[in-house]
Amino acid sequence: MSAMILYPVIMLGAVAGIAAILLFLTAKKFHVEEDPRIDKVAELLPGANCGGCGYPGCRGLAEAIVKAADKGDIGGLSCPPGGSTAMKAIGEVLGMAVAESEPMVAVLRCGGTHEKAPRTLKYDGAPKCVIAHTVFAGEKGCPNGCLGLGDCVTVCAFGAMYMDEKTGLPVIDPAKCVACGACVKACPRKIIEMRPKGRKERRVWVNCVNTEKGAAAMKYCKAACIGCGKCVKECPEKVQAITLQNNLAYIDPKKCIACGKCVLVCPTKAILATFEPPKPKPVEAKPAEAAPATPA
Amino acid sequence: MDLKTFKIGGVHPPENKLSAGAPIEAAALPKRAFIHLGQHLGAPAKPIVQKGDKVRVGTLIGAGEGFISAAVHSSVSGTVFAIDAVVDASGYKRPAVIIDVEGDEWEPTIDRSPELKKDISLDKKAIVDRLKEAGIVGLGGATFPAHVKYMVPEGKKVDTLIINAVECEPYLTSDHRVMLERADEVLVGTRILMTALGVERAVIGIEANKPDAIEILSRKAKDHPGITVQALKVQYPQGAEKQLIKAILNREVPSGKLPLDVGCVVNNVGTTVAVYEAVQKNKPLFERIVTLTGKKLPRKANFLVRVGTPITQLIDACGGAPEGTAKFINGGPMMGKAMVNTDIPVTKGTSGVILVDEADARRNAPGACIRCAKCVAACPMGLEPYLIEKQAEYALWEDAEKEDAADCMECGCCQFTCPAARPLLDNIRLAKTTVMRIRRERSKK
Repeated sequence: MSAMILYPVIMLGAVAGIAAILLFLTAKKFHVEEDPRIDKVAELLPGANCGGCGYPGCRGLAEAIVKAADKGDIGGLSCPPGGSTAMKAIGEVLGMAVAESEPMVAVLRCGGTHEKAPRTLKYDGAPKCVIAHTVFAGEKGCPNGCLGLGDCVTVCAFGAMYMDEKTGLPVIDPAKCVACGACVKACPRKIIEMRPKGRKERRVWVNCVNTEKGAAAMKYCKAACIGCGKCVKECPEKVQAITLQNNLAYIDPKKCIACGKCVLVCPTKAILATFEPPKPKPVEAKPAEAAPATPA
Repeated sequence: MDLKTFKIGGVHPPENKLSAGAPIEAAALPKRAFIHLGQHLGAPAKPIVQKGDKVRVGTLIGAGEGFISAAVHSSVSGTVFAIDAVVDASGYKRPAVIIDVEGDEWEPTIDRSPELKKDISLDKKAIVDRLKEAGIVGLGGATFPAHVKYMVPEGKKVDTLIINAVECEPYLTSDHRVMLERADEVLVGTRILMTALGVERAVIGIEANKPDAIEILSRKAKDHPGITVQALKVQYPQGAEKQLIKAILNREVPSGKLPLDVGCVVNNVGTTVAVYEAVQKNKPLFERIVTLTGKKLPRKANFLVRVGTPITQLIDACGGAPEGTAKFINGGPMMGKAMVNTDIPVTKGTSGVILVDEADARRNAPGACIRCAKCVAACPMGLEPYLIEKQAEYALWEDAEKEDAADCMECGCCQFTCPAARPLLDNIRLAKTTVMRIRRERSKK
């Protein structure tokens, strides 16, 4: 009777023992040496796997960082959502210095709302910007403007964008945007630009990418940059952050001091700022000392 | 009658050849002509006139740039008003020469006599050079520069010239009218192209819904040794190069190869007339036949139009756009494209303009794919449209490449048959262009 229990136990025990020895030997033989630093680096990354860095997921970037660290320079690599804090922490783990990178934010550069650029055509194809872009200039006729089908919103993994039904344009929430750059890549018209967040969140940008001549652009959009050059003249002489090319003004964020003067002179209100630009000095009466310069 | 056709896929949409009975008539000259510099496949021509220059009908105004390009000639006489960007059928602005029309003075080198010149005096090379000078492009719609097609590379052997007189697109009748009214020019033009290729055999493929054209060309072709007429079963897209070769010669063009690789060249029937005029009459390509049609259009017509004429003018000549017109289609209803406005000028590739009313233009709201495989059965290239659509939706470009998305010719059969009204072609076109871009980038490396 006892043999009926004993034999199977001995048999299975023996099989288990042999299998354990075999497993142990194979594990020893085929052992893959993985750099323990990869795990450490991956832990410091946000783990959203957004792909903003250009690598397949956070672990992909961690591997690339460790590989680059062995060569002695991790300068070219960065995690857009993690920003410089994450990179600094990684640098400490790897014992390398990391250059401070400026925090960035995605900025929409189109002001063609329903009101400013009325829809004259109706698109009934597949609702994707990449497809509409190959078919025609868009429902409002602007060959450079937002198509309003929301490819950028679809790719945003951080819920930082939504389509505004009222304007027909996407809205970026700067508080949620981690500057992964997915929307910049998704936009077939390159309307979204990655710009530095700026000191105290003060940013000024041209809200248009249209390169057509002013008169032609005004035909379909009242908010277009018409390339008049007023902003270029208004920009302080020592700053000269604005350049005019192909009928389009561009504000260089590296040079811009966010004074907001250009915002006020733009005839089509195509220059936007994140702050209330200071009112121009009234010519006739001298204002009181406590001029209402909006605190930044 | 022995009717041939291609074997895989295809559909048969309602033919609606409403304008088949309307004889070709010359359209009135425009007041101002907008002649695009990129009317052909390949690099746009370079303008060689300036503002204020006087031009005559047939004056060269744009020189071909690069290997695949074509010359552009003035279609009117007058003064160059400007060289500016004008919206074309692509929906975007493209450079064009704008000419204020004054009178109708032709270049004296053009032979305007109506007599038929049958004897071909030029040799192979001279013909190809003449086609290049005259800016001849394929008039079927793809507008591929003709001279490039007839420069057969060393080592390739061509035995047959196929003349594409299928006109499988519903509504369009321009090729049909050309065959009925200009059959002699078609045949002499075909012989010129045979000489250019050095082949003894040419087959004119015509669908069986044009019995009058088959009859007239078969009768007249007896005087032209080597040219035969082949009647074909009505099936869309038989006018596609690869399908037509399969139908007539039962040869299959492999993926990524050209008709030249299976020993033939395909040429549109409208082009043969342009070839005849260029070689025998020294007349460059600056006018073409455009079908104006639509179920509610008061008058249907086939116009002989000077390139650069705004389409509005043609619509007005037919009694104006009827109320409720939702779309103006440039080209056939299957492969053509809705125009953004009717001020778009006629180019060398404009085969027709169709006015579609609200009921026909509306696209149904897409439903879910039920895997009925109708699109698979309809695809003449043997692809799996439902699968490529999904791959495009999820950006699986490598998979789409394996599914040969780049072989799609955008005939639209899949979308036409889809009971769920899925935007199949929209997405496949996206997959195709993306795969082709990826391939180009890869080959650069």
